Amino acid sequence: MSGLNRKWTVVICLLAAFSLLTSTCTKKKEAYKVGAIFAITGPASWLGEPERNTVQMIVEQVNAEGGINGHLLELIIEDTVGDETKTVNAVNKLIEKDNVLAIVGPSRSGTTMAVIPIVEKAKVPLISCAAAETIVEPVEQRHWVFKTPQKDSDAVIRIFEHIKSKGMSKVAIITGTTGFGDAGRKQLKKYAAEMGIAIVADETYGPGDTDMTPQLMKIKATDAQALINWSIVPAQAIVPKNMRQLGMTIPLYQSHGFGNIKYAEAAGEAGEGIIFPAGRLLAVDSLPDDHPQKAVLARYKKDYEEKFKEPVSTFGGHAYDALWLVIDALKAVGPDRAKIRDHIENRKGFIGTGGIFNFSPEDHNGLTKDAFEMLTVKSCKFTLLSE
Amino acid sequence: MGGSGILQLIFSGITIGSIYGLVAVGFDIIYNCTGIINFAQGEFVMLGGMIMISLVGAADLPMWISFPIAVFAVTLIGALFERLCIHPLKKPSILTLIIITIAASILFKGGAMFAWGKQTFSLPHFSSERPISIFGATILPQTVWILGFIAVVVLLLAFFFKATMVGKAMRACAANRSAASLVGVNVKEIVLLSFALSAAIGAVAGIIIAPIALMDYERGMILGLKGFSAAVLGGLGNPVGAVVAGFLIGIVEALCAGLLSSHYKDAVALIVLLAVLFIRPSGLFGSLEASRLKKF
Repeated sequence: MSGLNRKWTVVICLLAAFSLLTSTCTKKKEAYKVGAIFAITGPASWLGEPERNTVQMIVEQVNAEGGINGHLLELIIEDTVGDETKTVNAVNKLIEKDNVLAIVGPSRSGTTMAVIPIVEKAKVPLISCAAAETIVEPVEQRHWVFKTPQKDSDAVIRIFEHIKSKGMSKVAIITGTTGFGDAGRKQLKKYAAEMGIAIVADETYGPGDTDMTPQLMKIKATDAQALINWSIVPAQAIVPKNMRQLGMTIPLYQSHGFGNIKYAEAAGEAGEGIIFPAGRLLAVDSLPDDHPQKAVLARYKKDYEEKFKEPVSTFGGHAYDALWLVIDALKAVGPDRAKIRDHIENRKGFIGTGGIFNFSPEDHNGLTKDAFEMLTVKSCKFTLLSE
Repeated sequence: MGGSGILQLIFSGITIGSIYGLVAVGFDIIYNCTGIINFAQGEFVMLGGMIMISLVGAADLPMWISFPIAVFAVTLIGALFERLCIHPLKKPSILTLIIITIAASILFKGGAMFAWGKQTFSLPHFSSERPISIFGATILPQTVWILGFIAVVVLLLAFFFKATMVGKAMRACAANRSAASLVGVNVKEIVLLSFALSAAIGAVAGIIIAPIALMDYERGMILGLKGFSAAVLGGLGNPVGAVVAGFLIGIVEALCAGLLSSHYKDAVALIVLLAVLFIRPSGLFGSLEASRLKKF
């Protein structure tokens, strides 16, 4: 019996301490509440984890410097597990229970699409960290929705432009069978037709595949002048290795899904010379000092890598841009959902990690194809492609 | 596509298939002794590869020392798993045991995610990475290593089951557990041994494929699934059948990807599996009579 009593005493003490803690907090200026929903665990955790780390880091920095106009920033982070139902629940909770001013995330395109009707109805600004273009289009039905990642189609256009500048017109494509690979395959086919490029071979591979020589054998037998490998799964690093095994010498282009130095390391020597479009975060060291993004990128990279002892990823960068957009709006207009939305929609020249954002009522992404830079792999490092 | 093209596809199929086969052998050993499918088999493969990568990469040990340590570590994990999760059950039903192995696979995966993070790791090749040219087709030296290891594992297993007392006891358990225990075989210990042995084989598979297939915490499930198909196709409980079926699935996949279209390769492999099971429910090499006596 006494053990039970002791347990209750502890619980009551904890409750008392907790209420004391919260009441002292409310005596200051009221904190600004912002929601963050990321796929922190589950199959898309490699997206959600750096995003969560990034926003936590920003909140610490902002509050250490005295908050936003004297108001502390309170971030309520929810885990979506990359699942649509859980994301919907999390967003409902953030809006109804926590009464947040804006929401940053989700990490994936599918989960973002699932919550768009909710935020549109509740009139809460949402800044997604997912890539699909349908997130912000058609824009008249996306009044409250914005996104920070660059467009897939711009990556495709940059690759095709580079291929054409080399005087090539016939390409082979090999794509992963996941959502990212499949969306890329559709974009590649669509823009190839528009830009006068012939796709002479179209192959796919699964995320668990260990050998792509059969697909590459087929491609080798065509007159393709270049190969585009569009995938986000680790298996993409096997393609350059198999190409080398088969003695294929045509240039290899990869998607922005290659933007993880681990993949270049996994490809080893075979990965040298791969060309791919990516945000400038990955090649910040080789960026000229007078580039307008250099300061933002260098600071984020340094802060993140010192704090978490792991390399920055572009995904964390998307969350960085999204949260700073909200903070920027809060500074300017204060805690009003409609004013925050209007401020973001009219924001021009916002320098983020993904590019320089110029939002408008017609464009809720604010980035052009110039947000991508063509990078290459040199001595197992990402560097800007010189020509 | 000429003759050398076909040969290249067959080499590719052998590379893929050998991995399926080795995973399938692990399934068979536990199935033989307990009558259950160990859905954590793929995780043993993943753990073997990951521990090896840590030993070689982080601890900077040479390959030939890391190899036995990694295999031993996974063997221990397999044995502990049996002692802690399977052994304590008094009268387990087959279904309970299978659900336990599913739970264990989730646990192993989660543990690996915490231990190694979500990144993909690579292991250096055992010898040179320069492809060997045979009749105009190329094969990686690592594939030769994989085939060599499979041959050794299969031969050792055959010797173990045919010529040693313990191996014979294991086969006795497989044939009839009550009868085996009546003639003095300690069934519980044999079950422990079967888990340790299949964990060890899984670890070997994970280590030898890591240089070409790369390794991450999620790899186990996919490898386990394909390995399971090979085990079923070869006739559950038949290790030699498992290896042959693994090669068969691998070669069918490779030929489909190379000659028809890679979009359908997984589907074609599954159709072949279904077709075989439709005609021969006991698998390619399973005995129909024996399969009637088993629970599934």
